[in-house]
Amino acid sequence: MIRLEKRPQPSRGWSYAAPVLAVLLTMLLGGALFAALGQNPVVVIRTIFLDPLFSEFAWFYRPQLLIKGAPLVLIAVGLSFGFRAGIWNIGAEGQYIIGALVGAAVGLALYPLESRWVFVAMVVAGAFGGWAWAMIPGLLRVKFGTNEILVSLMLVYVAESLLAAMALGPLKNPEGMGFPGSRNLSQYPGAANLDLIAGTGLHWGVVAALIAVICAYVALARHIFGFQVRLAGQAPRAARFAGVRPARLVLVCMGLSGALAGLAGLFEVAGPAGQVTIDFNVGYGFTAIIVAFLGRLHPIGILAAGGLMALTYIGGGIAQSNLGLPAAAISLLQGMLLFCLLAVDMLTHYRVRLTMRKVA
Amino acid sequence: MTETLLALDGLTKAYPGVIANRDVSFSIRRGGIHALLGENGAGKSTLVKTIYGLVRPDAGTMTLNGAPYMPADPGAARRAGVAMVFQHFSLFDAMTVAENIVLGMDQPPSPRAISAEVRRVSQLYGLPLDPARIVGDLSAGERQRVEIIRCLLQDPKLLIMDEPTSVLTPQEVDILFQTLRKLAAEGTAILYISHKLGEIAALCDEATVLRQGQVVATCDPRTTAPRAMAELMVGSVLQAPVRVARPEGAIALTLRGLTAPAPHRFGTALKGIDLSLRAGEVVGIGGVAGNGQDELVAALSGEMAVAADMVRLGDTAIGDAGVNARRAAGLLCGPEERLGHAAAPDMSLTENALLTGARRKDLARRGFVRWPAAKAFAQEIIAAFDVRTPGPEAAARSLSGGNLQKFVIGREILQNPRVLVVNQPTWGVDAAAAAAIRQALLTLADGGVAVIVISQDLDELMEVSDRFCALTDGRLSPSRPARGLTVDQIGLMLGGAHDLEVAHVGA
Repeated sequence: MIRLEKRPQPSRGWSYAAPVLAVLLTMLLGGALFAALGQNPVVVIRTIFLDPLFSEFAWFYRPQLLIKGAPLVLIAVGLSFGFRAGIWNIGAEGQYIIGALVGAAVGLALYPLESRWVFVAMVVAGAFGGWAWAMIPGLLRVKFGTNEILVSLMLVYVAESLLAAMALGPLKNPEGMGFPGSRNLSQYPGAANLDLIAGTGLHWGVVAALIAVICAYVALARHIFGFQVRLAGQAPRAARFAGVRPARLVLVCMGLSGALAGLAGLFEVAGPAGQVTIDFNVGYGFTAIIVAFLGRLHPIGILAAGGLMALTYIGGGIAQSNLGLPAAAISLLQGMLLFCLLAVDMLTHYRVRLTMRKVA
Repeated sequence: MTETLLALDGLTKAYPGVIANRDVSFSIRRGGIHALLGENGAGKSTLVKTIYGLVRPDAGTMTLNGAPYMPADPGAARRAGVAMVFQHFSLFDAMTVAENIVLGMDQPPSPRAISAEVRRVSQLYGLPLDPARIVGDLSAGERQRVEIIRCLLQDPKLLIMDEPTSVLTPQEVDILFQTLRKLAAEGTAILYISHKLGEIAALCDEATVLRQGQVVATCDPRTTAPRAMAELMVGSVLQAPVRVARPEGAIALTLRGLTAPAPHRFGTALKGIDLSLRAGEVVGIGGVAGNGQDELVAALSGEMAVAADMVRLGDTAIGDAGVNARRAAGLLCGPEERLGHAAAPDMSLTENALLTGARRKDLARRGFVRWPAAKAFAQEIIAAFDVRTPGPEAAARSLSGGNLQKFVIGREILQNPRVLVVNQPTWGVDAAAAAAIRQALLTLADGGVAVIVISQDLDELMEVSDRFCALTDGRLSPSRPARGLTVDQIGLMLGGAHDLEVAHVGA
């Protein structure tokens, strides 16, 4: 008989080993899935997990990893504070869109001014846009006790509609021959978020993501704010007893995650995407939720998880085009990853014991 | 028929790293009231769980009514005639008394039959209880009666009671004792677990003392001095709290017309509480839980803000100040709930030391935590209050109740408060730790700190308090000097126990 016993303390070793085990399990289960689809599982797994890094075309894929990973990490780091404190901002996708819109609007308003300050102003505006969008569910929760999960999620769809309206209306490129979409910011030197070293994919968003990881690490390990966030999530009554004001914590966590999501949007619209288009957003805000949990809400873990997630995106893309795998199979693989992590996670809190069935 | 109902012989049960019971042997007489005494962690629970079929011993045998007895599960124990009333009730608030009783039965009869049966048994044993009432509306004493009646319906030969009086008023305790005596007179054996020695002397006719899993003595509690029993339990000579007489200090804390609505549906509103407290004075506040204790502590700690003037610390009105502002001013609190309120269960002791100590111990500068200083503070608490733990890295949840209580009380005491408020400071704490905590509170008062002790344990309040007040339904009685108060007077101050009846013994 297998029995689970709660550990007196969560196991340190398992909390580090669980993500690795989860990735291996995902490869096994995913392999089985691909085999059932009639593919050679070893080839598919190699294509997804290794080809983006080590194949002969890796020079093309490696910069893509940074471009895909940076927004995921940036958004996930912001979300992780709220998630630790039990504040569920599910609407990072919307804050990402609004950040991009507000930042791009500032840049487009200043066109064709040639100054590096244009980009700085856009960065500030992008963070502000995301922050302001996140304040809506934050303030509604604090003032009226609404559920921030629902409100922030629904605001994603409002943001998408706004994006479409802006791409077709006020922000449309006046010299764009009537095509929807704004001017291309990456061709406007004052506003462009270009590679810092050409061909590496290393743009300001990657730098911002790394800075966010370091700041989050310091805040969680050394700062009283990080302590209060952890306390509020683990023991809300104890947090109030320690002087944490729940309303303020909600606003700070929502604002922080919104601002970082907005920043991610701005870096994307000024760089890799280049312009505001109807289908500008591709779900980074939602995927970042998985990244945050896969990285167990720890900044370093999020960095690794963001990289892994970007890998499955790029590798999944390769598998689709080279092996003809359906896109849904890749989504399924990503879902399996989270599922396996949650399952393996049990081992950090419980220990498995094999016991003899006792004779009654 | 033999005189002995249940005999335990050489029961041993080991858990990884600890031997809970080592070669325990004693016997319980038919119709006897047998006390099982011991500190927390002495192995009492393991032993009764063995008898009730929840734990299988590694070695040893039990004999019930002359036949070998080794229940595989509680159901088997119940069929053999062993029933148990747990310390924590397992009742559903939203259901009626009768429904709750039916839920616990192996072969439930019809609800109508059960109602009649409940009425019959409750009258027979002087336990007034209406089977149609919703459990959520019952007092703690009445809930306990539901549990007892649930057991009595099985017609048990042995009834195990685990710390039954911890939630009762003195009058309710009297009724319970009369019921138990009547049961014993009819031939039911009772195994009574407690660490309240006064009760055991009053009720039991035999006592077995456990220490570190072993039987250290069997005695007759009616003739053994409570102090001697306490020393048997602890294994050393107990230090009774010592009070040094001291002059009356300046007014340290004033509550004037402290009124607050109930914070949630099951809370209690505070109604015009007046109290003033001098430096160096200990005021005890008694009352059954749920009469506004939590709310009073929240209003004092700052977790629930009230009008500024309602709470004054010295000359400063602080009723509207936040938790940390009050801490900075010197008003510290130790809430009742250790895990989840006073301490975060999954966090280390170092982190828990930071939880309230950040301000007064200067553990965070410009927002950055000084972890070495926090760890040193945790170590200081561990050393000063003899907290048994591997070290400051241990999670709060891994400590036993008594050790964690010493830690959270010690954490506040070592911050040099002006006023300290503690709620249930020794709840679930073993005798030695409880004595240490009480002594620490008195020493603190001798140093000129004003102390409020809120407790349900009247013996404790009488031991430490200079003045006594009762909290009933959110109202605080005027205070009276604690010296010379009798239990009856206290009972009346507690608002009298309504809805009580003395058992109809011999009915």
